[in-house]
Amino acid sequence: MNHQNVQPSKNQIKTRVIQNVIFRSLFFVAITIALVFLALLIYRILNQGIGYVTIDFLKNFPAPYIDKAGIFAGIMGSLSMMAITAPVAVVVGVSTALYLEEYAAQNKFTRFIQVNVQNLAGVPSIVFGLLGLTFFVYLFNFGYTLIAGALTMSLLVLPVIVVAAQEAIRSVPKELREASIGMGATKWQTIWRIVLPASVPGILTGSILALSRAIGETAPLIIVGAATAIYTIPDSFLSKYTVMPIQIYSWTSRPQAEWQNVAAAGIIVLLVILLVMNAIAVWIRNKFQNRY
Amino acid sequence: MKKMKLFALAALLMFVMGVLAACGSEKEEGTEKSEESKNEASANEGSEKSEESEALSGPVAIDGSSTVLPIMEYLTYEYNQVQPDVKTTLNSSGSGGGFEKSTVGEIDFSNASRPIKDEEKATAEENGIEFVELELAYDGLSVVVSQENDFLENITLEELRKVFLADSGATKWSDVNPDWPEEPITIYSPGHDSGTFDYFNEVILEEKPMREGEGVTLSEDDNTLVTGIKSDPYAIGYFGYAYYAANQDSLKVLGIDNGDGNPVKPNGDTIQDGSYSPLSRPLFTYVNVSYMKDKPQVYDFAKYTLENAGAAAEEVGYVALPEEKYQEQLDEIKEKAGK
Repeated sequence: MNHQNVQPSKNQIKTRVIQNVIFRSLFFVAITIALVFLALLIYRILNQGIGYVTIDFLKNFPAPYIDKAGIFAGIMGSLSMMAITAPVAVVVGVSTALYLEEYAAQNKFTRFIQVNVQNLAGVPSIVFGLLGLTFFVYLFNFGYTLIAGALTMSLLVLPVIVVAAQEAIRSVPKELREASIGMGATKWQTIWRIVLPASVPGILTGSILALSRAIGETAPLIIVGAATAIYTIPDSFLSKYTVMPIQIYSWTSRPQAEWQNVAAAGIIVLLVILLVMNAIAVWIRNKFQNRY
Repeated sequence: MKKMKLFALAALLMFVMGVLAACGSEKEEGTEKSEESKNEASANEGSEKSEESEALSGPVAIDGSSTVLPIMEYLTYEYNQVQPDVKTTLNSSGSGGGFEKSTVGEIDFSNASRPIKDEEKATAEENGIEFVELELAYDGLSVVVSQENDFLENITLEELRKVFLADSGATKWSDVNPDWPEEPITIYSPGHDSGTFDYFNEVILEEKPMREGEGVTLSEDDNTLVTGIKSDPYAIGYFGYAYYAANQDSLKVLGIDNGDGNPVKPNGDTIQDGSYSPLSRPLFTYVNVSYMKDKPQVYDFAKYTLENAGAAAEEVGYVALPEEKYQEQLDEIKEKAGK
């Protein structure tokens, strides 16, 4: 460093301050735009739909009459699907990430796999629908059932979880691993007791994003045969089912304008369930963040 | 620190939702009440009709056209009140998507807004599957413009072709008819995968390519078409009658002159008696004959469908067939199912 120039001139300071102000306001505008649109969206949906969110709406099956239509089948279908998709996707996704980060030799082949996993995260969801149709519906012979839909959704969100988990695992400080190995722990003991707990917050963040995507998907589920109108709730892996977004989509495409309000009510329920899911995940994440 | 921020964000969101919820809920209540009583009445009517039938169980799988979906939703809903142990599942993967499943025997009923195609029939025959075609209702494809349009009341088939066909070269209204303004034509049409487009393509365009590109909007969602046409005095489009009926105050439906100098507008009567020609079309469901023989619930639902399709059609904005047509078809399925 050159000592003569350490003291900046008044002009230089002025430019820097102005730069700071400019960028600060730019970023502020960016977040304002995002928030304004979010607020508008929420306002519009609530304004349209809140009057239609009633106990009946929550416990009724789909119906051709506006005041009898309900989203119960959709809620139960979506929750049952998440109950399968979440564990499958998270367990398989984190295991994949652990293998790639901790065990796999760092060679060309591993890198090739990693690049492909990242590419998979950008594949359109409809392609996963076709994959699910070929594999789960026909090859595994599950038919158009809950398990086929849930596994398709697991495949859809898997790449996102793998990439997020890899990032999280990579960011665990080397010193922690080395200390553990140095104390004589095996690789598995190190992973289970040190690496995993330290990377839980990151893994959960990725999983929240991924599962939020899954709960809002429509297209691939229509392909693997989720119903539009159904009067039973899933009671086994091989039940027929429907999910909330399909119900909402079906309502938005009706000619009569009142159905748009029913759709808005469905969106409110979907948002609330999403918020609850995310809140639980955030709560778990914070518990782990306190430990490390 | 992070925890605090998250908490604050969540609290803020909850607060906003709460405030909005409070504003929103008040004004809706009045309208809701009156609808409730109205619909209750019609619901009771439907469920009282066939009480004498014995209790059945088992699955009935239905898939196909999203145009037919509202009718079928009405029927499965009401049927569920009569036969709660029959598990109906109703999907909507489009007319073509429905036939993909029904021609290999995966489903019992295949809804369609167009007749079955020859290649679909061939696939069914290869798999040893026979269908009965049931007509459920009529729909009048409505050609509409905005209420703001002041130069169009009626249109001839010839003019309609000029507007929609690519090789006519018309891009301004004055290209089609010199009396019309010299303004660009904007077209709103259902997407090429829909049965509605198939039908329009067959009877109006005669399978010649439609205009594409600038000034043409294709959408699978008919409400998008409605919104687009509403606000543009130089727009034209077409879709099912129900979408026009629900938006009468902002759309104007055109009378169709099929060459005899006598334009006809679609309404319940002209669609039912066929004078709204050539754009009134039947809506179908195709039922698998051997499933109807083997599964009593499939036959029973087919019967229920024909007995109540008229009421269903009226309820959701389509037009019922004349009563004797339903009776003929009831006799036909009775014979085919060997009952």
